Amino acid sequence: MAHLDDETRRKALATVALYPERRSALIPLCHLAQAQDGWLTPEAMEDIAELVGVTPAEVRGTATFYDMLHTEPVGRYVVAVCTNIACMLSGAYETLEHAEERLGVHVGQTTEDGMFTLEDAECLAGCDKAPCIQVNHRFFGPVDPPALDRLVDDLASGALDEVVPPHGVLCRVERTVGLEAAGAAGVPAAEEAP
Amino acid sequence: MSETAVGGAGASAEEAPTVSVTIDGVAVSARPGELVIEAAERAGVFVPRFCYHPRMDPVGVCRMCLVEISGPRGFSLQPSCYVRVADGQEVRTSSEKARKAQEGVLEFLLVNHPLDCPVCDKGGECPLQDQALTHGPGDTRFVEEKRHWAKPIEISPLVYLDRERCIQCSRCTRFADEVAGEALIDFAFRGDAIEVATFPSRPFSSYFSGNTVQICPVGALTAAPYRFASRPWDLEQVETTCTSCAVGCRIVAQSSAGKLVRYLGVDADPVNQSWLCDRGRYGFEANGEGRVSSPSRRKGEGHEAIRWPEALRQVAGALQAAAAAGEGRVGVLGGARLTNEDAYAWAKLARTVLRTDHVDAQLDDGLPAATVLGLPRATIDEAVHARLVVTLAGDLREELPVLYLRLRRALAHDGLAVLECSSVPQALSAEGATRVGYLPGEVARLVGALTGDAEPGEVPGADRSGVVTARRMLAAAAAGGATRGEGVVVVLGRPNLAEPAVGYAEAAALLHAALPGARFLPALRRGNVHGALEMGLAPGVLPGRVGLEEGRAWYESAWGNLPGATGRGARELLEAAAAGELDVLVLLGADPLADLPDPDLARRALEGVGSVVAVASHWDASSSAAQLVLPAAAADERSGSTTNLEGRVTRVAQKVVPPGTAWPAWTIAVALAAEMGDDLGFDNLETLSAEIERVAPSQRGIDLDVLGRPAHRDGLVAPIAAVGVRVGRRGPRLIDPIATPGIASVEEQGAPLVVGDAVALGGQPAGIAGAGPTGSRPPLLGPPASSVPATAPRLDAYSLRLVVGRTLYDRGTLVAASPSLAPLRPEATVRVHPSVLERLGVRDGEPVRVTGPGGAVELAASADEAVARDLAVATARLGTGERPGIESLVAGEGPIDVRLETI
Repeated sequence: MAHLDDETRRKALATVALYPERRSALIPLCHLAQAQDGWLTPEAMEDIAELVGVTPAEVRGTATFYDMLHTEPVGRYVVAVCTNIACMLSGAYETLEHAEERLGVHVGQTTEDGMFTLEDAECLAGCDKAPCIQVNHRFFGPVDPPALDRLVDDLASGALDEVVPPHGVLCRVERTVGLEAAGAAGVPAAEEAP
Repeated sequence: MSETAVGGAGASAEEAPTVSVTIDGVAVSARPGELVIEAAERAGVFVPRFCYHPRMDPVGVCRMCLVEISGPRGFSLQPSCYVRVADGQEVRTSSEKARKAQEGVLEFLLVNHPLDCPVCDKGGECPLQDQALTHGPGDTRFVEEKRHWAKPIEISPLVYLDRERCIQCSRCTRFADEVAGEALIDFAFRGDAIEVATFPSRPFSSYFSGNTVQICPVGALTAAPYRFASRPWDLEQVETTCTSCAVGCRIVAQSSAGKLVRYLGVDADPVNQSWLCDRGRYGFEANGEGRVSSPSRRKGEGHEAIRWPEALRQVAGALQAAAAAGEGRVGVLGGARLTNEDAYAWAKLARTVLRTDHVDAQLDDGLPAATVLGLPRATIDEAVHARLVVTLAGDLREELPVLYLRLRRALAHDGLAVLECSSVPQALSAEGATRVGYLPGEVARLVGALTGDAEPGEVPGADRSGVVTARRMLAAAAAGGATRGEGVVVVLGRPNLAEPAVGYAEAAALLHAALPGARFLPALRRGNVHGALEMGLAPGVLPGRVGLEEGRAWYESAWGNLPGATGRGARELLEAAAAGELDVLVLLGADPLADLPDPDLARRALEGVGSVVAVASHWDASSSAAQLVLPAAAADERSGSTTNLEGRVTRVAQKVVPPGTAWPAWTIAVALAAEMGDDLGFDNLETLSAEIERVAPSQRGIDLDVLGRPAHRDGLVAPIAAVGVRVGRRGPRLIDPIATPGIASVEEQGAPLVVGDAVALGGQPAGIAGAGPTGSRPPLLGPPASSVPATAPRLDAYSLRLVVGRTLYDRGTLVAASPSLAPLRPEATVRVHPSVLERLGVRDGEPVRVTGPGGAVELAASADEAVARDLAVATARLGTGERPGIESLVAGEGPIDVRLETI
């Protein structure tokens, strides 16, 4: 169970400083915390609440609204199978069923070894690769059952480590322009939010 | 300040309606900015609703109030609780289209709502049930399985959540966020998985959590004390006033089978606007626990029950002997739990029969009576519409929760300027009020620096820039009116029991001298302490805000001979008792052993006095130590009136019968007088009330008959002459069964409305004969003169100055006797700055010894960044009472310095 570490906290303060209202930084901070632990720990949500000036209940309320934010522990790889119309017509349910069999879990569950969490997802905007899959927010497709087996093998063996970062990481290269500027101008300015 | 000059909602309520709209074919004049649903309601058209609540901002989430509203593109369905009226607007609330929309919404709301009405607490008073009948389709097409969830969930020790019943109206979450300012509950998840939820490690432990239960339009939120306690059709109810603190919230008290089961807040516009705190809401439980049910005489370690005639003979005998021995041989302590009528009867008994002016309703924990009664008084409405509110009181959230709620709402929502003067940061500054600190003992110096003409000097405990800011705020606000200080309201209390009250009296006098137009809200917290002071239960004060000497001629013609000398206040009285100078001490519901800031003095006094007579409703520490105990009726067991901190007099009504042979306190006074061969001049409540109206100058025009009229349900502020027009009234009070389910028909009190409802001033009140006083009425007490503030001793480098505050759930009788509230009492700690603990080498939570001039106590240390480095902050009346608490360090005059030591 982890609070925000020093590095995340530094980024969080710089992020908060970017907004005229502290509260606006709530979702960006949830992503920062998720990048740290792979999911939003209760301690991280309490930290975020303090940083943006709301109650932990409100942070949890916001975080649970969004499917991309996880308030329960997830596996190392979060596999989201799109089941919207384009993917469905291209066989998404076959892929999903196969994934359930292959991983031995139902949708929403995590494998016992903590490697994979299986999810079904609404449109991932990857219709050109239907049926499309996201692993830790990286696109794969088209993924039919044999392709899924290969993908799972590669993930398990670490062959895709270069492609798929740990869960929660949105961009490997952080766009630091705004952050650095805010940091240079003195981060605690956020405390004075009106 | 003229009442009409007050701005904000009060003034706008007086403006003439200017927008004309057509609702269901009828032309209606609406106020600009009014919501369509409100305009329709005033025009007698009811639009079904769930999420709309008249005391919260509209959100338009439940969609039940969809109506057809005309716009540039013709009629369209719009939520009437969210759309504001516009000139020429046409509204159709019951057209085919609107009905179909409403039926559709209701059908959807019922899709997942369990049909468990027969076992649901809300069944019978449920807005969903009622509106499904009146505005629903009458049938359902839903044949699938409804969602199922674990239930109920205990989201706090007082509130249970049934998620299946929730219809997502968001009333509870909005109340917690908007009104209480603590969003401890919020919606989690989305779509059909949505639920109201707390954060896992943070229960919904709000002082105001009961309000969410009150406004829930379904049975999703239920209160632990009322779960399965009654069915709505078995309830009897009466409108009355809550007397658990001095705010005086209007409530209905509901009983079932002769037992109190529930309080609901009434939407009294000038006072509580339908909200209550949890202590008030669940404090009624104390009525059933630990009661004195028969007159009792001490026998060995316990008490034996005796009969009333025997008890009266013994008490009267003791009192008669004391009165015969000379003036001032009897002391009367307490009275803050009595009604005004009780207090008047006892004030009269003490002065005329017991020949003593040693009476005090406060236990050395408040302010001098002359200060409270003499300062120009503000109302709560004036405070929330003020230019500036200055608080110089204990944490209002802990002491007067609903006053805090109204000020917080005005501060957070309406931009009220609040200046908090406090030694330790309080709840209002956490909500955005400007704060200036001071070291205990230096309050008069702080006020001098804020109001003086000269450049302010150094104020111990206050940082210089804070003083300058505060000074500027005060000067700007004070200059706005015709009289200097007009529009400034000062909330004056006693924030620190370890600091002399005289500093606050001096501060008030200084403020009044500098700002003659400023008004004061005295923040004394005991139930009817203001009524007791108003009725003369204070040394040197006679009923109706009159000084003993100023009122002597008037009262001697009304009552007979008065004591010659001004009596002693609680502390001096108890010191005299300890020195053996007192023959009888009468405790009117007072518990000095537990309540006096200096419990050791109380112990010595009770041992030193000849005999102790307790007129008590509960067996508390002091009544258990008394030789003779007379059982008194408690709240909801007797009728009368009560006075709140504004001076507002409201009726309290009887709902249940007192236990055993308990009597109202005024009848005990009458019976004792009769036993002593005297006659107080009244033998029923009506003549007693009429005598108060006739005799007490501040109560002219106010008696139970007048207060019983529907137009005066929210009470009258005494003295009537000083208050011209009522402020903030939104029109006749509506009992809104959707806003407050379960409150649909409050029994009428008193006489029905008579034609010409105005209160007649002067002249003889009709129908009551009897000799009136002669001569002219004495003047009301004026504001005290200011003096040069005394300076407190300097704090040495090793000591910490003690702050002893109060908390809502303490060891007081009401909380201790309530099974739901007693477990909520917090742990006793001493809060200090973390650096103090570091220096001692003590970790957060470890016990330390706090040593002061009056002794030493052991408490758990708590590190708090908000506490200044030279303070030690503790709360009175916590712990079990078996070991001495922090109050045992409070002794004598002057601020108290303590040292912390490791154990």
